[in-house]
Amino acid sequence: MSIMKISPEAMHETAHMFSIDNYHPLTAMFGRDETASGLGYTIYMVFENFEKRDMDIAKAVFDPHGHLEYETLTKLVPAAAWFEREIKDMFGIIPKGHPDPRPLVLHENFPEGFFPLRKVVRKNQQERGKREYKMRTSDGEGLFEVPVGPIHAGIIEPGHFRFSQAGESMLQLDAKLFFTHRGIEKAVEGKTPDEALHIVERICGACSVSNTWSFCQAVEKALDVKVPRRAEIIRTLLSELERIVNHVGDIGNMPAGVGFNPAISLGGRLKEQTMRLCEAVAGNRFLRGVIVPGGVRQDITHELIVEIREVLKKVRFGVADMGIMFKEQDSFQNRVQTTGIVPKEVAVDLAMVGVGARASGFAHDSRKDFDYGMYPELDFEVCTHKSGDVAARLLVRLEELEVSFKLVDQLLKLLENCEDNTLKADLAYNGPRESWGISESPRGSNFHYVALDNEGKIDRLFVRSASYANWPAVPFAVTGNIIPDFPLINKSFELCYACIDR
Amino acid sequence: MFKVLERIFKDKIATEQIALTGSDRLRGKIEGSCNSDCLNKCAKACPVKAFQVEGNDYKIDYKKCLFCGKCVEAVAENAAGDLHHSSNDVMPMLIEAGVEATADVLKNKLGRSLHVRHLDAGSCNACDFEMGALSNSYYDLHRYGVAFVASPRHADLLMVTGVVSRNLEQALKMSYEAMPEPKLVMACGACAAGGETYGDTYAIVGAADKVVPVDLYVPGCPPRPSAMIVALLAAADMLKEQM
Ligand code: SF4
Ligand code: SF4
Repeated sequence: MSIMKISPEAMHETAHMFSIDNYHPLTAMFGRDETASGLGYTIYMVFENFEKRDMDIAKAVFDPHGHLEYETLTKLVPAAAWFEREIKDMFGIIPKGHPDPRPLVLHENFPEGFFPLRKVVRKNQQERGKREYKMRTSDGEGLFEVPVGPIHAGIIEPGHFRFSQAGESMLQLDAKLFFTHRGIEKAVEGKTPDEALHIVERICGACSVSNTWSFCQAVEKALDVKVPRRAEIIRTLLSELERIVNHVGDIGNMPAGVGFNPAISLGGRLKEQTMRLCEAVAGNRFLRGVIVPGGVRQDITHELIVEIREVLKKVRFGVADMGIMFKEQDSFQNRVQTTGIVPKEVAVDLAMVGVGARASGFAHDSRKDFDYGMYPELDFEVCTHKSGDVAARLLVRLEELEVSFKLVDQLLKLLENCEDNTLKADLAYNGPRESWGISESPRGSNFHYVALDNEGKIDRLFVRSASYANWPAVPFAVTGNIIPDFPLINKSFELCYACIDR
Repeated sequence: MFKVLERIFKDKIATEQIALTGSDRLRGKIEGSCNSDCLNKCAKACPVKAFQVEGNDYKIDYKKCLFCGKCVEAVAENAAGDLHHSSNDVMPMLIEAGVEATADVLKNKLGRSLHVRHLDAGSCNACDFEMGALSNSYYDLHRYGVAFVASPRHADLLMVTGVVSRNLEQALKMSYEAMPEPKLVMACGACAAGGETYGDTYAIVGAADKVVPVDLYVPGCPPRPSAMIVALLAAADMLKEQM
């Protein structure tokens, strides 16, 4: 893995080359404090290179005593908007001319000038103060605002939404997120990957496997460790199980946005069946505690293979039934079609990922775009739809479930035929190393970057979950729709806040 | 559509009795022996200081425990006893000063009601998903007279999940203050109950009881839905006593 070192002035040009000339989406952009090694503060820019099936990485170096600012990239690469705001909050490096200079991660009770990811700040340094966070609103005759959250009416995660309304129509949505910001990237600093594992597993419940897998991949790549075949099969299997659980849960949850109760109820029971299967396989309903750096901790026994087949057979029928229910219910179709449209250009510009991207005709799927796990050996298709509405996101999930069921079949066969019984390779730490890992979570591609210091402890972990990449599309999708459709549109993306906020 | 409904009726899956047992691999309550020379190794292996050494024996702080299995692994690696996770006794529930309540509360289940407001104070969302599962047809929480309400002003119980983050501290305080008396608070999951999951950071205040008084603690990461139901019924009993 090579990293191109550039000056802050060259960031614009570099981004232009990768993103505009070569159409490579911006996967991530994050800061790092490398003052200890004499380098200064750095900003990494990571672009996905489809042709090479790799990442192009450039790193701008800032003199800590000089001006910590650069010309914003957001106007050139819209996907940079959140990343730049986050780097500003965390490191105090200012993107000059950014269209939205508000804070992103740190809310009002943090003081100005507090940059938690700088190394001079202690892990548990509690600073209290005041800063401003203004919600964006619209002015005009007859316009009004609807504030919602952070505590919502249902059992969902916290976020504050401000709708600017003209009657029932939403003119604009401004969202304040990062309420569940726990400082996870700082919390793992100075820990070995093994010590940090329980934290990484708990970044997010919905994508525990994916987060853990991306993290372990990054560590293994950095240390040149080859994961045993059996472990790779088990990891891939868990990842598909996680997709099944979440997709089943999501298609069961979307009807809740329109009060279609029989479908909610069927979805709820299917999800419970899959979660019980997860508990049988992993000992935890969220599949935690299996994937570890170097491999896996538990094997999948013959009895479990039988159980997985049995349960999924039932669930597969149930999913087909859900499809029938949706298709035959005109009033439901009426609500989901042409609601919450994200056009393909927007999906590409915002570098969307996962179900959200695929439903808008942008065939982005890390399982096909990169070589990891068992995917290069497996036979499967990427499901896309063109309409970009709620219906498309529902259909993509339904079709992907079918793909996942087939993948599990293939994987179980591979597992049965795998002669090698090793589950875990040993890790040896030597010198400072860094690398990235990627995996396709149920929401989309999930990117982790890990830099280890010379004792093998984590110096920097950066997590860009799929939800982080897709959230900026939600305000686009809702604009012009009526406010009662917001829950439906929101559920059709089903983004988690826990892994955005970290 | 009617064919589908007919199939649902025929598959004979119905609302269950709440059982506190789990599948074979489930990592539940910690039992068994651990030789004294291995105690410190276990304590070191535990990521959240839940495994505590007391003289020649161990004690688990279930408020903090993530049920991750690292202590069990340490004992197995050193062949130092038969420490294991029970899959029968899934998770205990703790009331105030660590008194354990058991499934007995399930027996006298009529004649009460409880209105619950959920508050995510900084969770990983797994606890929240499990709360959502309480309304599916296997658990059907509503049959016990427990309902989730949309506002803290309508609630008897505040069910807090997640470690309290700096960005949500105010929301937690305000929600608690908005509740009418008598009111109860439940810290649901290792984050809200023990607050050790992620360690101390600049963005974390800590366990829920650092911000509001907590009456019940539900261990687990996340607690299983059955454990949550037992805890909710115990809360309904507590509420009755306060009336
Ligand atoms: S199972 Fe509980 S006590 Fe044992 S190591 Fe994990 S957190 Fe600590
Ligand atoms: S207790 Fe565990 S499952 Fe619950 S919020 Fe915390 S990390 Fe997530």
